[in-house]
Amino acid sequence: MITTKVATETQLTEEELRKALQLERIWQEPRGFVGWFKAVHHTTIGMRYVVTAFIFFLLAGLLAGAMRLQLAFPEAHFLSNDKYNQFFTMHGSTMMFLFAVPMMFEALSVYLVPLMVGTRNIAFPRLNAYSYYLYVFGGIMFYVAFLCNTGADRGWFAYVPLSGPDYGVGKRADFWAQLITFTEVSALAVAVEIIVTVFRLRAPGMSLNRIPIFVWGQVIVAFMVIFALPGVVLSSTMLLLDRTCGTQFFNPSVGGDVLLYQHLFWWFGHPEVYLIFIPGTAVVSTIVTTFSRRHIFGYLVLVLSLVSTGFIAFGLWVHHMFATGIPQIAESYFTGASMMIAIPTGVQIFCWIATMATGKVVLRTPMWWAIGFFFVFVMGGLTGMFLASVPTDLQVHDTYFVVAHFHYVLIGGAVFPLFGAIFYWFPKVTGRMLSEPLGQLSFWLFFIGFNVTFFPMHLVGLRGMPRRVYTYEPGMGWTLLNQIESSGYILLFLSVSILLWNVYRSLRRGRIAGPNPWHAGTLEWATTSPPPHYNFLHLPTVNGREALWDAAPNQPVVVGLSEDSRQILTTRSLDAEPDGREELPSPSIWPFLAALATTAAFIGSIFTPWGITIGSVPVAITMIGWFWPKKQAADRRRAREIWQND
Amino acid sequence: MAERLDRPVLDVSSLPTVHFGTHSLTWWGIMGMMAIEGTVFVLMIASYFYLHSRSVEWPPHRNPPDLMWGTVNLALFLISAIPSEWYRRRARKGDLKAVQIGLVLVSLFGLAILGVRYLELLHLNTDWSIDAYGSAVWTLMGLHILHLVTDLVDTIVLTVLFFTSLVEGKRFMDAEENAAYWYFVVGFWIPIYLVIYWAPRWLHA
Amino acid sequence: MMILAVPGFPGNQTSLNPVGPGASHIEFEFSLIFWITCAVYCIVLLGLVIAVARRRHSLETIPEPLATNEPTERLTRRSVTAAVAVTVVLLFIMLIGSFQTGRALGDMNQEDALPIEIYGHQWWWEVRYPNNEAYKIVETANEIHVPVGVPIRFSGTSRDVIHSFWAPNVSGKRDLLPGYKAEFVWQVDQPGRWRGQCAEYCGLQHAHMSFEIVAETKEQFAEWLSNQAKSSVQPSTPQATRGQQVFMTHACVLCHSIRGTSAGSRNGPDLTHLASRATIAAGTLPDTVGNLGGWILNAQSIKPGCRMPPNQLSGSELQDLLAYLETLK
Repeated sequence: MITTKVATETQLTEEELRKALQLERIWQEPRGFVGWFKAVHHTTIGMRYVVTAFIFFLLAGLLAGAMRLQLAFPEAHFLSNDKYNQFFTMHGSTMMFLFAVPMMFEALSVYLVPLMVGTRNIAFPRLNAYSYYLYVFGGIMFYVAFLCNTGADRGWFAYVPLSGPDYGVGKRADFWAQLITFTEVSALAVAVEIIVTVFRLRAPGMSLNRIPIFVWGQVIVAFMVIFALPGVVLSSTMLLLDRTCGTQFFNPSVGGDVLLYQHLFWWFGHPEVYLIFIPGTAVVSTIVTTFSRRHIFGYLVLVLSLVSTGFIAFGLWVHHMFATGIPQIAESYFTGASMMIAIPTGVQIFCWIATMATGKVVLRTPMWWAIGFFFVFVMGGLTGMFLASVPTDLQVHDTYFVVAHFHYVLIGGAVFPLFGAIFYWFPKVTGRMLSEPLGQLSFWLFFIGFNVTFFPMHLVGLRGMPRRVYTYEPGMGWTLLNQIESSGYILLFLSVSILLWNVYRSLRRGRIAGPNPWHAGTLEWATTSPPPHYNFLHLPTVNGREALWDAAPNQPVVVGLSEDSRQILTTRSLDAEPDGREELPSPSIWPFLAALATTAAFIGSIFTPWGITIGSVPVAITMIGWFWPKKQAADRRRAREIWQND
Repeated sequence: MAERLDRPVLDVSSLPTVHFGTHSLTWWGIMGMMAIEGTVFVLMIASYFYLHSRSVEWPPHRNPPDLMWGTVNLALFLISAIPSEWYRRRARKGDLKAVQIGLVLVSLFGLAILGVRYLELLHLNTDWSIDAYGSAVWTLMGLHILHLVTDLVDTIVLTVLFFTSLVEGKRFMDAEENAAYWYFVVGFWIPIYLVIYWAPRWLHA
Repeated sequence: MMILAVPGFPGNQTSLNPVGPGASHIEFEFSLIFWITCAVYCIVLLGLVIAVARRRHSLETIPEPLATNEPTERLTRRSVTAAVAVTVVLLFIMLIGSFQTGRALGDMNQEDALPIEIYGHQWWWEVRYPNNEAYKIVETANEIHVPVGVPIRFSGTSRDVIHSFWAPNVSGKRDLLPGYKAEFVWQVDQPGRWRGQCAEYCGLQHAHMSFEIVAETKEQFAEWLSNQAKSSVQPSTPQATRGQQVFMTHACVLCHSIRGTSAGSRNGPDLTHLASRATIAAGTLPDTVGNLGGWILNAQSIKPGCRMPPNQLSGSELQDLLAYLETLK
């Protein structure tokens, strides 16, 4: 029996109505122009992440269109070599740094995790706002540079010495390196928020073995972010220092080493792709559960697989460097690890298929995208075997074969689940359903278009076409394949356009969704669509892994939190027993101001080494303003304090 | 203001609002920051040794950094743990006076350490632009200085706050966490000190 | 393989047409992985399709969630475990195959290997055949002659940024890194001209940085090598003499060397035997008089961003220069 008893306007008692209005007053977001910059609620910030990341996705997609046009004809002159180099670098960097991680990890987790664990807001809400502003300012800086013909042009990983002071002329590589700084701080901040939210703010009863798989996936990604991002923090900092301050990290003639850059970058770079893929699996687990109408099969092994994927991902990085002449013993280890990671991934795939086989499959658009994920991602994972094995890697590395591989795993592993997520959660976020027929149309166009565009890349790579080439000679046997790939782009373009049209139309005229149109089991479906700013009228308690499916007939709700302040419940990490009460901060302009100051310091440091030292002063001032308490609030809290007894 | 509902409830109104250590949300935030910054330090130290493995002479053609000021700072850091631990424990009991004194003491230590740090920089015996060794030493030092300075500013601001009327339970939680972060800065100085000052003496390339 | 059969594909610059032991070993590993992964893909996706197709309810409603029952869960557990076990076994097979291939590549015969040095430049390949006797050292560019059936010990590095030396018909690629000396053994068993291309993004003209491995009989190779070692031909016609003068008095000498003259700069390719090469500009154009003329006048219009500046020459100066360069066989 599904218990989805939720507070909707028609069913509220008078007491509940009073409470709803009171909560709305306390938790509402400020209005007006200035108010927009003070927002701190996770659904507000989460939506901003979603929209911004999607805009970057579209920009990168347009860049890809121009690239495909240039490559449709041998020795074409649509894009000059310099422009092409900027385009492919901007495309890759945008997709990896401004779309994939911000969307799959930051956007999805910021919006959904606090709802799924049953609390009122994310931990550290002002830090959340700050992280969003930094992300969007970094992206704007990157594109303004591009529009001024100073776009990054050294590839999305910008190897030295090509990107270094001797060969990376101008400021292009500096803007690239600083983009990393913006997006890395943003991701690290969200990672800490997610870990704290998941470990300390869960609804009572949501012990570790009752955490939704989606949340498990995102918290594992958060841990990975913390340990992986420092690699690129260092590599991009060393690059900037070499370029602006005269350090010699990568200058072989005075003891520097070009491979140091690659090791530090790929220490981050390999886990990075799992930061993108694991949230995709988290979405697939959720969609497969809801649309197979049963608890997911193999919850424990799924969680263990996610954890082991997270660990093993840190042991693979050298497989990006097999062509550099690594000693054979090291190569053997990294080949073994690169193949081994297929085991937990395989476990997940088999568990999902088992869930569908033993459940009652419902085919709606989100499920189609999940099925598409299988077809595309599994192919990508299997072509990875050619890259894991050193001898075959030495033939296909840096060719279009690897371009095909990573598009299959990234688009299959992230974009397909993302589109599924959009169709699945759009009703929750907006209160309306997306059109099912238009959804089917976008899916099939995308699935076909994707394969037409990217499958031939395997072949053209095996036929010797290297990557990152702005053109190629006629008579190489590559022309026809390139033309097929370029025509596939048209289908992809159409598909995304139809998706956007679907969104636009459904916002106005979509069918009203209600709280739980899919009859799903997780907590975000236990409140109105869209959720109010206080998330839940009554904070829930939980009786099983699918909170709504497993709820007892009269599942208790939490009472006793202060109703005139932003007070939330903290629970114990393992068993989610109630532990304490904390007050979350209210809306504030300081995160925005601090982000402006930080942006000025970061951009300033591209132009002068004093940028950081001078720039740190406004940063310090804004952060002090942020931290400084308000007298009235402090007095109120002091009057009602209950200290823990030690 | 208890609401009456005709369903079972879980009443949390008597739970504490001021709690320390793992009970506090910001404690977890600080631990997260330590994990991040710690990883940066570890990778930087690994980079130092990687560059060393690619060199013949280490340090190349010059003396290692002079020992004195670095060791003085090591001593200052370690001694500063005493007032730090003292005020951390008193903060858990809400002892305002002790926290005020402790924070002032640690701030003074921090300022002294910063001064000595300047002297250390003058005696590193290398410039960052000569070669990879110099770049690695200065960057390792620079990362630690960044943490020292930000923690010092944090501590001073918190000290000032404790002399205002804005003190409440939450501020005592902040005081404990501030002490924890100071331990991080102190704790990481130990391996960095060993790497900058002793590694070139122990490893003869 | 099937890919070769598709029209428009000459079989050059591909790993699927191995002409030496290196590429052959790799092609074996490639086939092993290919068949295993093909089978896995088909089976897994078939499993998915069957799982989805067995829907047992109407299309309009969304049914209540099922409670799971123990016998089904037990059977499912066994099936998933079996699938994982098969996965592990297949991975193991591919792993062993990988190690075996790696060992075979490492164990390639190196007796009496011919040493050749490769230096990557933006955007051409400097090739050097070392010799203990200085007058037998050969320096050339972009075209690498090798004897068939003889192991070649390449050593390589880069003079600027990272490049990657790759001729897939012969072997897997190797990155040329500044500050590192790469050493690797190749062997070509089939005569022919085997194309290679730089496979590490190296800047504006990465797309036009190709080379050729010209595999010929031992006798042909010896003849070629001794010719290359010779100093340049002295001009014998008035036009060629004028052409040499044009070369010596223009920007050419700033970058190019011609042994036997006073032009000795190492910035650009050595031109001592330019006319013996099949292509110019690192495989970009065939080495014909017309192409060479266009290249000399304005290399930037053919390979924009390359290091060669345009040259202002009158019609007759250009003709004289080309006549001279044509003698450099």
